[in-house]
Amino acid sequence: MTEILITHGFVIDPTQNINGDVADVAIRDGKIVDTVGSGAKVIDAKGKVVMAGGVDVHSHVAGPKVNVGRLMRPEDKLFKSPMAQEKFRMESGFSVPSVFKTGYDYARMGYGFVMEAAMPPIHSPHVHEEIHDTPIIDEAALPVFGNNWFVMEYLRNKEVENTAAYIAWLIRVTKGFGVKVVNPGGTAAWAWGLNCLKLDDKVPYFEITPSEIITGLLQANEYLGLPHSVHLHQNDLGNPGNFLTTIDSLKLAEGIKTKNKFGRTQVMHSTHIQFHAYGGENWGNFESKAKDVMDYVNKAKNITVDLGCVTLDETTTMTADGPFEHHLHSLNHIKWANTDVELETAAGVVPYVYDKDIRVCATQWAIGLELGLYAKDPERVFITTDHPNAGPFTRYPRVISWLMCRKARDATLNTFRHKDKVIEATTLDSIDRELTLYEIAQMTRSGPARCLGLSKMYGGLAPGMNADVAVFDLNYKSMPTDPVAIEKALQRAALFVKSGEIVVRDGTVLSHGHKKTVWVNVKMPENPQVVRDITQCFTRDYTVGINNYPVRDYLAPHPYVIDVDVEA
Amino acid sequence: MPKLITQVGCPYCGSSCDDLEVLVSDDNKTVLEVRNACIIGNNIFLHANDPTRPKLPRMRQPDGSMKEISYKEAIDWTAKTLIAAKKPLIYGFGSTNCEGMSAVGRVAEKAGAVLDNCASICHGPSFLAIFDNGYPSCTLGEAKNRADCVVFWGCNPMHAHPRHTSRYSLFPRGFFTQKGQMQRKVICVDPRETDTAKLADVHFMLDQGHDYDLFDAFRTVLRGHDIPDIVAGIKREKIVEAIEIMKKSRFVMIFFGMGCTHTDGRNHNVDIAISLTRDLNTHTKASIMAMRGHYNIAGPGQVWSWQFGFPYCIDLSKGTHAHMNPGETSSIDLAMRDEIDCFVNVGTDAGAHFPIEAVKHLKKHPFITIDPNFCMASEISDLHIPVRIAGVDEPGVVYRMDNVPIQFKAVIDGLPGVPSDEELFDMVYERMCELTQTEPVWLAAKAHRKYPSSAVN
Repeated sequence: MTEILITHGFVIDPTQNINGDVADVAIRDGKIVDTVGSGAKVIDAKGKVVMAGGVDVHSHVAGPKVNVGRLMRPEDKLFKSPMAQEKFRMESGFSVPSVFKTGYDYARMGYGFVMEAAMPPIHSPHVHEEIHDTPIIDEAALPVFGNNWFVMEYLRNKEVENTAAYIAWLIRVTKGFGVKVVNPGGTAAWAWGLNCLKLDDKVPYFEITPSEIITGLLQANEYLGLPHSVHLHQNDLGNPGNFLTTIDSLKLAEGIKTKNKFGRTQVMHSTHIQFHAYGGENWGNFESKAKDVMDYVNKAKNITVDLGCVTLDETTTMTADGPFEHHLHSLNHIKWANTDVELETAAGVVPYVYDKDIRVCATQWAIGLELGLYAKDPERVFITTDHPNAGPFTRYPRVISWLMCRKARDATLNTFRHKDKVIEATTLDSIDRELTLYEIAQMTRSGPARCLGLSKMYGGLAPGMNADVAVFDLNYKSMPTDPVAIEKALQRAALFVKSGEIVVRDGTVLSHGHKKTVWVNVKMPENPQVVRDITQCFTRDYTVGINNYPVRDYLAPHPYVIDVDVEA
Repeated sequence: MPKLITQVGCPYCGSSCDDLEVLVSDDNKTVLEVRNACIIGNNIFLHANDPTRPKLPRMRQPDGSMKEISYKEAIDWTAKTLIAAKKPLIYGFGSTNCEGMSAVGRVAEKAGAVLDNCASICHGPSFLAIFDNGYPSCTLGEAKNRADCVVFWGCNPMHAHPRHTSRYSLFPRGFFTQKGQMQRKVICVDPRETDTAKLADVHFMLDQGHDYDLFDAFRTVLRGHDIPDIVAGIKREKIVEAIEIMKKSRFVMIFFGMGCTHTDGRNHNVDIAISLTRDLNTHTKASIMAMRGHYNIAGPGQVWSWQFGFPYCIDLSKGTHAHMNPGETSSIDLAMRDEIDCFVNVGTDAGAHFPIEAVKHLKKHPFITIDPNFCMASEISDLHIPVRIAGVDEPGVVYRMDNVPIQFKAVIDGLPGVPSDEELFDMVYERMCELTQTEPVWLAAKAHRKYPSSAVN
């Protein structure tokens, strides 16, 4: 029986409305408890902030396209990999870190759970191989559905029940977590070199539109009552003037009611919204529409978003939005990898330099922050960088310091070559708001945990929850005036307890922890038509056998399985 | 009663067919019959019945003979040799599973070794091109379901990947290619009239070593410029005609092999092939794929990329970070410069594949082979440690040439006492930790899988 008592810290826990009260956090056997015995290991957190472990709602950390990014970018390692900690595995890479560095760096920042944001189903064994090689952090993965032949076929015929039955089967066999949708219809069109930029563009052959796919999947997701909602990467990503399509897509959630037993309140999570909040007609008059987008998001209670903040780094973009990566490559001409995946999806990888002295990049940076600063309900707006697309996850502390300090924003803005143009194209300069650490805890802990339907386990410090506890060297009653000090404190936790075990102290990793793979087991009565369709499709169209497709149990060696019973 | 096992993966070529049917004896010890496989795959399964398969490690004696020793002794000797070596090279992995590749990463880090795989001597130039230019590719199902123009450049699947054309590239009736071969235009580029070339609608019998010229001509024509009357021995009209075929196709699939990577130009050939694919994407849809040789040679590229960030030529000798610089840290170059003081050959045959000068240098130092069978490398080794055969008596994940992971099965029980690659490497690692009095580093995946397993002791 391991007991730990973290004493005298400033506790910040939005799930219990605790805002900086000095209190103790007690831990026994991997869970938060009310009290512990006198034999507990006592850790003095006096003058420090104590929060739940961070929850990352959207990050590309494991799987085929992440690995393509690693493989094709040796330059991402050159002079950018830290020296290994003694007795720990070597760490490689900056924008696409190796699995070891991924686990260590998340832990060093006090993060306990990370959602791999896009898993091509046929590659799910690969995703799970990487997940089980990633130390410390708990992970889950979202299989992609938005361009899947079964989904498009069933939804064209308005068969929501069959779609749901197929989703249930696929999530189960891939040991996945929920329904990810990437550029619905557009990626399928990309298999013929085309795209769907508008919500009513027809997908070649399947004769279905993106809006029909989104609506159908929203209905199927609630039919199943999954822990997480539809997780949507919208159409027309990254193009000037896309904010209208963005708002129209968000409107598809209107009238759809949540149905789940996991405390989730939204029916749609719209991811990396920064890439979807652009005005203007071309790169010349490219401007921010963050306010318009957030005005809608603030009103629509059944929607959550994450930011996808640009961090102004050299990074590696990677997405299942195949046509977008092809388009991006035509803009920067660096190098382009693409993988079209039979019947399911596609993916592209292109390195990208967000140069602060390029007006468009600097404007993108401002838009990401504007979105966060316009958030009325921080429980529905989460901090991400769409790692590694807008920047690596290791920059979260910097993003947080920008959101918390006007001074930090100004300092960065003042270094831009096109400062005046960025001010003109955005409203950032007119925003004085500085987020509090409590709001940051909502945006990185309680909010994303609830959005994922995991609020009973992660994101808070209430008794019974997982004992993921991060201690940061920040005095809540007299916060540092220097934003760099905030960034530094968040970058390297003073202490991180993961599942009741001390894994990081003073920013140094002490243990490989006991990571878990979280997946959802949807149980529903067998649907003969869907079973027949799947069997037939594997015989005829796939190039792998149906018996070799489901992820074998040993690849997810420490599962935490969430059962979902669907009534007939 | 013999049992029929279906959807079995084939441990031979990069096609990694997983539709084999294997009939095994009631006691799970003998393969009786193999269906659907090519003749080579067939033999790999039947070979597992061979009663002369090595069951114990063999150590070279002072008189030059080989003597059987226990696994414990072999593991101890391997661990001590790796610790003593300044720069060991652990090479191979074309024919084993990813679990073994993952386990060896731990050993290599501990030993400060150079970790390299067979790509070093086959598709290494393709990696160089990918580093420079990316890789617009797809899974093989896309080729099957969509490709109406297939280009085989410097490869001969009819011999090297016997079922590639029937499962993926040429003959199958796919979703959008219902007429199968009738619907596909096939272009073959090869200086020889291979059996693949005989199947092609257009065969470019180019001058040997002039692949780059021909690719360049293709790109030039595609971009609307003029070319000389003859390029690489091919008439201008034929080149223009081929480009017209590609532009009119809905989906162009380019497969390339050793004919690109191991002829004049090497990585530059692949580089321009990738550029051609990219250019074609402005006219139609096009994809390119390396014809990887072995059933899991794509595996080490994947596993080591996620562990170390590099697919091959990984120098871990610095102890603090991984370093890759092909030419400096590649197997042949290291061996030719005599920089290696211990060589471990795993799941391949460096004795047969390496230049003799390289082998001579390697032979000056401890030479260990880890392989289920006798091969040239095992016969010149100081120590030969047999392991189970991945895909026959050991299951595991393998990566097909298109990087799709396939979960292979074991069809028969392994030989008693013979470990898998993974178990062997874990045991070597534990022994190294014991000898150096350090704590082993296990990740979650190993907590209930690591040695001792039922197979050993």
